[in-house]
Amino acid sequence: MLELNSIRKTFNPGTPNEVRSLQGVDLKLRDGSFVVVIGTNGSGKSTLLNAIAGTFFLDSGSISLSGNNVTSWPEHRRASLIGRVFQNPFSGTAPTLSIAENIALASRRGQPRGLGWALTPKLREEMHESVRSLGMGLESRLDNIIGSLSGGQRQALTLLMATWLKPKLLLLDEHTAALDPKSAEQVIQISDRIIAQGKLTTLMVTHSMQQAVTLGDRLIMMHRGQILHDLSGADKRRLRAEDLLERFEEVRRADLLDESAAEMLRRMYV
Amino acid sequence: MSLLIGALTIGFILSLLALGVLISFRIFAFPDITAEGSLTLGAAVAATLLVNNVNPFLATLAAVLCASAAGATTGILHTKFKINGLLSGILVMTALYSVNLHVMGRSNVPLLSAHTFVTQAEQLGASLLGAAESVNVFGWDVSTRDISVALFSLLSAVGVAVLIYAFFRTDIGTAMRATGDNSQMIRALGVSDGNMIIFGLAVSNGLVGLAGALLAQYQGFADVQMGIGMLVWGLASVIIGEALVGVRQLGYLVGGAVMGSVFFRLLVAIALRWGLDPNDLKLITALFVFGALILPGLISKAKRSKQPVSGGAHA
Repeated sequence: MLELNSIRKTFNPGTPNEVRSLQGVDLKLRDGSFVVVIGTNGSGKSTLLNAIAGTFFLDSGSISLSGNNVTSWPEHRRASLIGRVFQNPFSGTAPTLSIAENIALASRRGQPRGLGWALTPKLREEMHESVRSLGMGLESRLDNIIGSLSGGQRQALTLLMATWLKPKLLLLDEHTAALDPKSAEQVIQISDRIIAQGKLTTLMVTHSMQQAVTLGDRLIMMHRGQILHDLSGADKRRLRAEDLLERFEEVRRADLLDESAAEMLRRMYV
Repeated sequence: MSLLIGALTIGFILSLLALGVLISFRIFAFPDITAEGSLTLGAAVAATLLVNNVNPFLATLAAVLCASAAGATTGILHTKFKINGLLSGILVMTALYSVNLHVMGRSNVPLLSAHTFVTQAEQLGASLLGAAESVNVFGWDVSTRDISVALFSLLSAVGVAVLIYAFFRTDIGTAMRATGDNSQMIRALGVSDGNMIIFGLAVSNGLVGLAGALLAQYQGFADVQMGIGMLVWGLASVIIGEALVGVRQLGYLVGGAVMGSVFFRLLVAIALRWGLDPNDLKLITALFVFGALILPGLISKAKRSKQPVSGGAHA
């Protein structure tokens, strides 16, 4: 179970570049739930994922994951519990290493690494099986370097790597945003299958309204560093893309109102 | 012929330096100038222990460990104190100059009567090849001592290269390569990239220290100045090696570094034989590395600027 208790983060505090990214977010995820996170640009949805992954430390609040208070754990320590796929297909794999070596690295995620061979015949066999299940024909190219693959192929492999050892939490940060539509669809289908098969607790950020309504069993909409809507169960199932667009429109209008009101006040008093 | 054997011997010894530079420069893309100090440190520690009648193996091992500690220090300055990588290396290299003088007690330690790997190799060669002063190799008469020492340096270089190659195929070695490749990814897989850099620089400088220790035993002295320019020599070897093998795969990189070092030494020996002023050697090496660094960019630029022309002709 993941539990966020009023987490807050401000970047560059006290400077003109101050960004209040997370302004008191509370969130509880049941084991096995698949939560989709949407929000406008700068709403803090990617920051939320990075806060959980430990890319930075919080200003206040706490994070606990499957019974561990991980608030003060550095990023690499949290990796023993968390699998991640990034937006940039180049971020999740080491380009000059082979497919097999990349997967071998992932097969020891969060475990001590010693002087045993990274690649063993047994591991290779398992790789062959799993990589074939991606349906990309990569199982015959395990010794090719990852840098020679397309973005979609790299994302699919990153997904496989992130879930090679079952993570307590899977974080997907707009992992199809940088892909062409066909690859994006392919990677989404693979994600859905892997998550369903492993009953993985998942937090997925997306820009795609389509993905937001069809995937997951719960939807969170963020705005200005806070959770604005939180839909699950029947509400989530009934949700259509138009409803989401409507809610985005509401947010936009409220924002405009804020800005025009501020502008009016400024004209009157400054 | 003895010139050739000498060049080969130094080439093999300095291939350990090239392997060290390969790790810092190619695997971590970290311009680690600590190497200039740790090479001298390795030589100084080994020489000082050898003149005090310490077993050559132990003396060399101590040299490697000390040089590793120097590399780890640079890594700690860089990762824990967030000092720029190049500056971290410069700080440690500068500090090592004083350390090396203290280790040796003066600026130069001769190994005239000391018992070293080189004297051991000579004795072993003499006992294997008989008491003859020289042996016939491909029609040349070569002194038994030279050929024994050359073989010893060849075996050291190849042995260490195989070990390094094997290390980079292990769990921790693969993680080290991935750290230089993509630090974000390796953190997400549970490895502290900072610790990996510290460890990698320790391994890198340990190799450089080993090169220094063997070089001191080969040339018969350790000198506080002997590290100057060594980083660029190592770089030149790595770059020549890459050009020789042409493939950027692990095995080829490691083998290439050894071959590059030997080839570079041969070039230097030939140039000196032709009358190159030894004072110009470092200038020419620096120019060579400069050329090797900018050439790939210039070539691809030339290719790019050609393309629109051919495209235009096509249209």
